[in-house]
Parts: sequence; C-alpha cells; structure tokens
Amino acid sequence: MNKWTRRAFIGAGTIAGGGFLIGVAGFVLAPSRHSLVADDAAAHGQLTTWITIAPDDTVTILVPHCDMGQGTLTALAMMAAEELEADWTRVRVQEAPALDAYANGYIVRAASGDYVPAVLGRGIDYSAFKLAEWFGFQTTGGSTAVRGTGEYGMRVAGAAAKEMLVNAAAAEWGVAASECVAKGSRIIHAASNRSATYGELARAAAAQKVPTTPALKAPDSFTLRRTSPGRLDIPSKVDGTATYAIDVTVPGMLYAAIAMAPVHGGTLVSVDPVPAEVMPGVKKVVQLKEAVAVVADSFWRARKALAALSPEFTDAGHGDVSTASIFAAFDAAIGAAPELPAEATTVVTADYRVPFLAHATMEPMVCTAKFEGGRVDIWTGVQDPLNARSVAAKALEIDVEQVTLTNCLLGGGFGRRLPFTFDYVDLGVRIARAVSPLPVKTIWSRENDIQHDYYRGAALSRHAGALDASGVPQAAHSFYTGGGNAEAVAMPYAIAATSAEEKESKHPIRPGQWRSVLNSQHGFFKESFIDEMAHAAGVDPFGFRLALLTEQPRVKAVLEKAAAVSGWGTPLPPGEGRGIAVCESFGTIVAEVAHVAVSPEGALKVLHVYAAVDCGDVVHLDGATAQVEGSIIFALSAALLSEITIEGGRVVETNFRDYPMIHLKDAPKVTTAFVRSDAPLGGLGEPCVPPLAPAVTNAIHAATGIRVRELPIRKTPLARA
Amino acid sequence: MAITTTVNGTPQSLDVEPEMRLLWALREQLGLTGTKFGCGIAACGACTVHLDGRAVRSCVLPVSAVEGKQVTTIEGLAQGGVLHAVQQAWVAHQVPQCGYCQSGMIMAVAGLLAQSPAPTGDEIDERLTNICRCGTFVRVRAAIHDAVKAGATS
Repeated sequence: MNKWTRRAFIGAGTIAGGGFLIGVAGFVLAPSRHSLVADDAAAHGQLTTWITIAPDDTVTILVPHCDMGQGTLTALAMMAAEELEADWTRVRVQEAPALDAYANGYIVRAASGDYVPAVLGRGIDYSAFKLAEWFGFQTTGGSTAVRGTGEYGMRVAGAAAKEMLVNAAAAEWGVAASECVAKGSRIIHAASNRSATYGELARAAAAQKVPTTPALKAPDSFTLRRTSPGRLDIPSKVDGTATYAIDVTVPGMLYAAIAMAPVHGGTLVSVDPVPAEVMPGVKKVVQLKEAVAVVADSFWRARKALAALSPEFTDAGHGDVSTASIFAAFDAAIGAAPELPAEATTVVTADYRVPFLAHATMEPMVCTAKFEGGRVDIWTGVQDPLNARSVAAKALEIDVEQVTLTNCLLGGGFGRRLPFTFDYVDLGVRIARAVSPLPVKTIWSRENDIQHDYYRGAALSRHAGALDASGVPQAAHSFYTGGGNAEAVAMPYAIAATSAEEKESKHPIRPGQWRSVLNSQHGFFKESFIDEMAHAAGVDPFGFRLALLTEQPRVKAVLEKAAAVSGWGTPLPPGEGRGIAVCESFGTIVAEVAHVAVSPEGALKVLHVYAAVDCGDVVHLDGATAQVEGSIIFALSAALLSEITIEGGRVVETNFRDYPMIHLKDAPKVTTAFVRSDAPLGGLGEPCVPPLAPAVTNAIHAATGIRVRELPIRKTPLARA
Repeated sequence: MAITTTVNGTPQSLDVEPEMRLLWALREQLGLTGTKFGCGIAACGACTVHLDGRAVRSCVLPVSAVEGKQVTTIEGLAQGGVLHAVQQAWVAHQVPQCGYCQSGMIMAVAGLLAQSPAPTGDEIDERLTNICRCGTFVRVRAAIHDAVKAGATS
C-alpha cells in the first residue's frame, strides 16, 4: 500500500497552522474530511479518504472500525456503496490502517447527530477528526459506527465519489454533468448513448475536486440498504482462514506466558527464575513491575515453565477487600431509602443488586511485538488501534511514529478492547523489549483473562415509590452506587416526581466498559421497579407502563409491538409467565418480552424472547437482526449465570467452569421486530442488552410470584413449596 | 521421539514432547491456526477437531494420543474445494459474528452429525456444549437443522 505521511495529505494543515481550535468561520470553511488523500491519489484511483476504485471496477472502501463480529464493515460499505451507486458485487471493504489520517471523529456525531446545524457539519467533522487525530482515537464502541461514521462519513464519501465520477465523465464527453446518471458502477449519458465504467473513469475522477456537501439520496430511493447481502467477513469465518491476533505468525517468533499480581495494583516482590530457566525451550524469565513472564519457543513450554515458578506479589494494601465488604460499603453509602410524600397511599420499596462481570471474549488477550532499533511492530486485536499505538509508545518511551500496529480480527470485544484498557498491549511490548530483537507473542490464558479484566461494576440500587389511592404512581426515587449517567437512569414514564441519585462508594476493583455500559445495571433496576409498582397497583405491567407513555410515542410503539408479537395477555399454563421491559440507549429504543417456565423444583427455562426495536431505520437487515439475537443471548448468559466475586482483594473465578456461559440448550427462541421511525439512526451493538434481565425476572415473577432482585438469577431459589 | 499421525490426509511427524496438547502442536508446529484456544480445560470447545472422525477437544488431548490416527481440522473439513454441509449451512444462515468459536462449533456439529445423522432437536440441544460469547445460538440451531435436512436428502 501507498506510504502515508501527515505531510502527504492536502488540507490537513490549512487551518490555524494545523491546530484544532477553530472558530465558527473555520467550521463553515473547513476542508472536507473526505479530501485527505495521498499526493499520488489520482494515480491509483483514490477518490476520497475512504474510497479507491481500481481499473477493473473493484471499489475498495476503507472503514475506520474494527470487526469484532458486529457486521459493521459490511453495513458501512453498504452505506457508501448506496450513495456511490456501485455494483455491490464489486465492493470490497478493509479496516483502515492505524495511522493518524484515519483517526475517527465521526463517532462524536453519533451523539450530536442531526442536532448539528448543517452549515456547521463540515467543520464539526473536520475538527472532530483533528481532535481524534490529536488524541489518537480510532474507536469502535458506544454503538456509534453506523449512526456516526456511516451516516456522516461513509454516505458522504460515497456521494462525493459519485459526483466526482459524474464530473469526470461529463468533462470527457463535453456534456453537462446534470445529464449524466450513475447506476451499477457506470456513468451513463443517455442522450449521446455513451457510458463508461467506474474503473475507466477512476483516475480522471480522482483528479476532480472533492465536493464538500454532495447531495445524498432520499431514504425512499435506497435500493441496497434494508436488504441483506451476505456479510463480507463470513466466508473466512467458516473455513478457518480468518486471522485473529492469536493466529499471527512472525518469523523467529517466541511465545510468552504471564503471571500477574493477583490483586490489581500489586507488584512483583520476588521470583526465583531458575526452575523455569532450566526447562526445555525456555529463553528468558522476564520480571516486570506487576508481572512475571516466561518466554519460550512454544506457548506450551512457556506455560509449563511458568507453572514451575512461585512469584510473590504485594496486595497493594487491598488484601482485605471482598464482595461482602464492597456491598457493605455500598449499603452504608446509600443509607436510608429516598423519602416519599407523606400522603402516599401505597409505598413500594426495593433493593436491587448486580455483580461485577468479566467480558470473557472467546479470544483471550494477545499481543505480538517485535522491538528493534528503537521502533516496534505490533500485531494485536483492539477496538482502537490509534490509542493502542499510544499505549505502546508510552510503555517503550518512543514516539508514536516509531510504532507500527496491525489490527487483526477481534475474537470478541464487548468493551474489553476499548481505549484505556490496553494492559495487554502494554505488557506485550515490554516483554518484547526484554527479548529484543526477537518477536514474541504474549498469549493470556483464560485464567489471566477472567482474573485481570476491567470489570463491569457491581452496584446496589435502593428504590422507593409511591402510588395514590387509584394506583397511579406519584413518585419513584432511587439512591444507587456503582456509577450512572443521565441516559442510564432516565425513565420514560410520566411520573410526577422521579429522581436517581448516586452515592459514592469507592473500591479498588478495576472498572471497565461492558456491552451497554451503565445501562446494563440501570436497565435492570428501573424496569424491575416499575414492574413492582405495577403489581402494587394491581395493574397488568404492560398496561401500567402504557398508561404512563402518552408523551413518548416511540417508546409506546415498541412496547405495543413487543406485546403484540409475543401474544401478551393470552393464557399460559401454570408455572409459565411473561415479563416485559423497555429501555432506550445509544439512540435506540428496545422493548423485550420474555416467556419463561419455572418447574415446581425451581428449574428455570427461558423459552422465547420477543424484541421490538426502534433504531430509526436498519442498514443491513439480517446483520441488524443478528445483533438483536446475539445481544439477547449475551445478556441472558450474564443474567442467569455470571458473577465475578472478590476475596482477599483478588478475583475468585478462573475459567469457564466457575464463570460459566449458557449453552445451546439454554438458548431461547428469539423473535425480532423492527419498528421503523423517522428518528436518526440509533446503535445496535448494545441496546438490546439492558431490557433482557428485567424482562426475564419480571417473567419469573409472573410465573411464580417470586421477585428476583439480585443478579445472577441463579442466586435466588425459585422452588415453590 | 517424534509422533507420527495424519492431519487432514497428510502424514505428519510431530517432534514435540508427547504431553504437549494437540491444539498447540496443530497451531504452532503445523501452522493450522483455524483451531482456536479458548479455555485450555475443555470447557468451551473452540479447539474442537476430529480424531478418527469423532469430535474431540484438542486443548486437553496429549499429542501422544494421536499416534497413528487421523486428525481433521477445520482446514480439512471441505472436500475437493466444496464446503462441508455444515459449513454451507453456516454461510446460508450467516451464523458467525466474531467467528472465533465457529471453527470449533462447526467441527463439533460435523462430528455430531457423523455419529448421529438425524438427531432430534433435543439431542442437538443437549449434545452441543460449545460456548459462543457473541450469542449465535439462535442461528446455530437453525443451521444445524438445515444441515441435518441436507444430509437426509443427499
């Protein structure tokens, strides 16, 4: 591929000497983010930053996102190809390299969206890019790819490239551009019966000026979007050829196995390296501040030799921290339940507890690195290659320009591989420095992974609500620990007095972002509590919610859809029940109905989950459906089974035997219904997670009368006398 | 002493310690990286391969156990450039998400169907115990049923 340097980009330094603080005038006049191309762009058919067309008509779309199974690369390529009027069979997609030029600021648009005045959009996108470039971000997270990068990046890139092709054809034929039509990777001038393929026009088009505000297609004229072409990443994932970080092979590569301080923050006191050093294949025992690594000529030998060591670590003063001590502190920090109006007829109070959770991606953390002559080559799998590059540079005390990072397919992400959680890159490059110039692949064991995660936070939430004599809710208040934000705690219901107040209670367990982030805790809290209020009022939980949603038509619509597709209200056999929950997160509203059966002995089976989803519109229909299904199964595993516990400051669980996941037999049927609205595109990687746990626990209550107020559900006995 | 075995139809000599687990010999000695490491304790199934046609979890299987036997990995499942019926069903149902567990999942299903060509829905549910964190089970189930039907009509 062409050599990219910052100097090679036009437009990058034209504002305020390349700085990123620009005024309103600068916003309006900012260069298009899409015009950042290499000096020799025209020679190889690069039309915009993201789109290159080869002489054989192959369109290659660069996407500044990683593939961790969410199908984003295909969806984003579709958004560009739709505007480009490209023949989909000739479209290829590649993850953008970890270079400043591909820093991704579009994801800020996922949050700001259409609220940005059109005249400022170009400047917002350019300055967000400059900020992302400055701080080094190329993040895939927050369910932002399609609604940010796709809507404000890929669509515009495709439309701009199409205009350039039209202009190039019009110039060559000496006709008006307005008389030329783009269709199926051809520009056609019907009046003169002339046409040319994109491949034929690409070089001339690449020499055209990149339009800053190309016209976008109206949604009702989409022909590719809302369909389900085969995902581009699927073939390599069924024949074993897909390459993840763990599969990278570098000539002369060694392998490292590691033991880290069991209590986070602890440091290595001492280790006798000899028992490992004398074992076959061992090259070196590397002592780091917080870990010891054995480097050998095979991972098997490295692990075996590591097991022969008895390193001693400090406990960083956290040796007395336990799950019990953390929850006791939560309870003390919260204190009494929130106060209610004195005139309340019916009072409802409840405490809800959720545990720490690990991500447990199927591919454990892996980093291969080769450090030689003051520079490093890295092969890994991250949700932000630029931030990972910075982490490596800092660890090795070298400039980021001396780091080349190749991002591989990710064997699962779920938030484990986000910026600021790159301990595996940090460790990997320091181990590589210790064996420089030899390349070394550091593979985390599953035990390393489960015990050294950045955990979804445990939390306690204490609720108090009031109903009047006619069963209408007057107040719903909560105090909680463990983190929250406005989106996570927001309830859509028309209740006169609501509040959710965080009570701070610190602990040393390393926090992380886990699929759906704070919504994963608060979805359970708020949708359990509204269900309890409905039962206190003696009203059907679906009807109770509906009556409080007259001002929320989108929420009301998905709730009604979920009820309709699930047959809500139709009779069920004894021991079965339905539960409903609705949550909005990442711009998407999701209602789920769970249908469960609980045996008299307390055995729970989730039979069917029905999801109604308003994400505005869908791009790749089947891929979107897959995200709904996958989120529900992911969330169900956590709701039923998952808990990370702390004893002596360290994580107790070690592997899939004591941190189990559900299997095929536990997987319910899933029915997905998209509710199309004119709202801006919402995310889909995460929003179907939060409603699942409360839908299931609400269903358990409907089936048994037992209210589950603590996750995982397995901790609450469900047997009836 | 080297261990001789046949991998994907090709005779191989593995000059490693006999207790090395087959997973690592396949990946590091033979470069067959389609077989994945997930847990190391036979709990997740990402490392599933076939040993004389039966699905086994290679992360706990010593290399010594494959002496003189036939090993098939995901790379050897397709025959003559034609995907196995299970792989075809996987494509038709667009099963994989991240894809990391899918080599093992496909090998486990292919092994199951080789032993029991017409399993009931309950048998399928009970016997497939591979873990998938992306949660592809809804499609895994549908794809298996299709593969069973394809097997019945072929």
